[in-house]
Amino acid sequence: MAGSTPASPTVDAPGVTAQGDAVGIAAPGTTRARHVTPWTEAWRRFRRHRLAVVSVVILLTMILAVMFGPLLWRAQINDIDFTAQLQGPSLAHPLGTDDLGQDLLARMLYGGRISLAVGLAAMSVSVVVGTIVGSLAGISRGLVDNALVWLIDLFLSLPQLPVLLLLIYLFRDSLKHLVGQELGIFILIVAGIGSFRWMTVARLVRAQFFALREKEFVEAARALGASTFRVVVRHILPNALGPVIVAGTIDVAAAIIAESTLSFLGLGFPADIPTWGRLLYDAKDNLDVAPHWALFAGGAITLAVLTINFIGDGLRDALDPRRIL
Amino acid sequence: MSRYLLRRLLITIPSVLGISVVLFTVLALAPGDPFGELATNPAIPPEVQATLRLKFGLDDPVPVRYLHWLSAMLHGDWGFSFASRIDVDRLILQRLPVTLGVIGASQLFALLVALPVGIYAATRPYSLFDQVASTFALIGFSLPTFFTGIVFILVFSIYLNWLPFVFRSDLASTGFAWWWEEFRQSIMPVAVLGLFQGATWTRFVRSAVLDVVRLDYVTTARAKGLTESGVVLKHVVRNALIPVVTLIALQMPIVFGGAIITEQIFRIPGIGSLLISAILANDTPVIMAVTFVFACLVILFNLIADLLYGWLDPRISYR
Repeated sequence: MAGSTPASPTVDAPGVTAQGDAVGIAAPGTTRARHVTPWTEAWRRFRRHRLAVVSVVILLTMILAVMFGPLLWRAQINDIDFTAQLQGPSLAHPLGTDDLGQDLLARMLYGGRISLAVGLAAMSVSVVVGTIVGSLAGISRGLVDNALVWLIDLFLSLPQLPVLLLLIYLFRDSLKHLVGQELGIFILIVAGIGSFRWMTVARLVRAQFFALREKEFVEAARALGASTFRVVVRHILPNALGPVIVAGTIDVAAAIIAESTLSFLGLGFPADIPTWGRLLYDAKDNLDVAPHWALFAGGAITLAVLTINFIGDGLRDALDPRRIL
Repeated sequence: MSRYLLRRLLITIPSVLGISVVLFTVLALAPGDPFGELATNPAIPPEVQATLRLKFGLDDPVPVRYLHWLSAMLHGDWGFSFASRIDVDRLILQRLPVTLGVIGASQLFALLVALPVGIYAATRPYSLFDQVASTFALIGFSLPTFFTGIVFILVFSIYLNWLPFVFRSDLASTGFAWWWEEFRQSIMPVAVLGLFQGATWTRFVRSAVLDVVRLDYVTTARAKGLTESGVVLKHVVRNALIPVVTLIALQMPIVFGGAIITEQIFRIPGIGSLLISAILANDTPVIMAVTFVFACLVILFNLIADLLYGWLDPRISYR
């Protein structure tokens, strides 16, 4: 497209790269141009998105906090203290207490583990399913492809939250008996969210197959006797990595929101597993006396989702194949 | 156009059937007899249970049960709500207008935000306004609706005491006062839902306009001496909005999800809050029916978007 505008200011302007190349070649003392791997290049682009870099720092801090915080902050998540109900932030309770006098910092740290773990696990499910379906549709033409595309469209038009609620309603009890309450609801939520987020990945992967499967390097690999599986895994899928990473990042954020939504509706994790959404659900009836409770829980969800989305934005600039070089 | 319309309508039928198959399969895979509360009641003797199971066809193979269920749904026999003691279809019809009203108003609000902001930002790419707007759009689309709802209640109802935070369907006033009350209690739910959607759409509109704004025909329009506003509104926006229609339709599942949350926060008596209360009350017929209605609404809006697309972009009609 002649003179189209890049979607983001941090995508390199043509002049910048040209200048960089010129420096690389003409730099005195270097006999050959510095070898730049795609990942170094991506990192260089990513760094230009300042908000994304800040987001990485914040998100890493949050992840480290929920991983190691409970080791440092020794308050128990279920220590009930009726002398300290609904207190605002103080030295003894940096984030205040809830209606049973339980320490909110400890609960937030513990809940953060679950919320982030759900996000990552659901993302893995959706990326794996999406890659498999997308590859199947991309490599097989005709009937199978049509059927899979129809399936993708069908899942895209399912109303996700109602169906997710339906799944939880129907399978909650049996999974609880099977593997225990906590693991059961974890599996259910991860599988449920994952099974509604794979379509984007599948479409991206399928699009890559359509763009690449007739290309010369694929023909060459075939001519050398590579099996279909090898062509798919070694030659085509790596090209889909960039868009899939971006979609996967956004999926983590979406899964965290979905889990929080379910818990917020009172249909996710039970009260003794204080995920951030569950904390918000418990907090919403005490808004007038203890606003800190809701604000800290909601703030944590928002911060996590926001930083992940900013990182996704930065990754898009760094990895988007449509970038202007 | 009419052939396109007809073909598009025919494509809708397999989608509805597909969704009904998915929903029924989920129900059939689920352990226990969700419809069989009567038959599993220990107070009823085994012979009666067997007769009841036979009568309701609970032991038939799944495809047969699916066909029974489907034909009942098509005949308008949607079952009986255990909790409300009223036919499910009547219950849903009572609740549906409120939901559609809130969704409609919020989508309108979202468009009113997204169109001007997105177009203005895209015609001045990387200006200060564009950067601020893009950042706010990303923040707005990252804020979960349940959290914005709670913050709104905290600020506007609890601290400022300006707006009511419980939506009432039984307002006593009439005439102008009724409209005023209705407006006041709708502000927060509509704003919560609308701002979230508006943020998402601002991004869509901006990137769609960006794709078009540097094309050669736009340069031609400028070269002819048209005013800048004429170029943007008549030449750029008209073409840029075509893909946006499809993107908006793809957002519908998320919109309905947002509606469920908003209805739950503000206690709006729509089908979203009906779904939640039905789940809490184990009211399976209502749960199935509401989920199915949501699915059908999504398909309906996709259909409308496709028809709009055909109307906006004449190239597609003759394909």
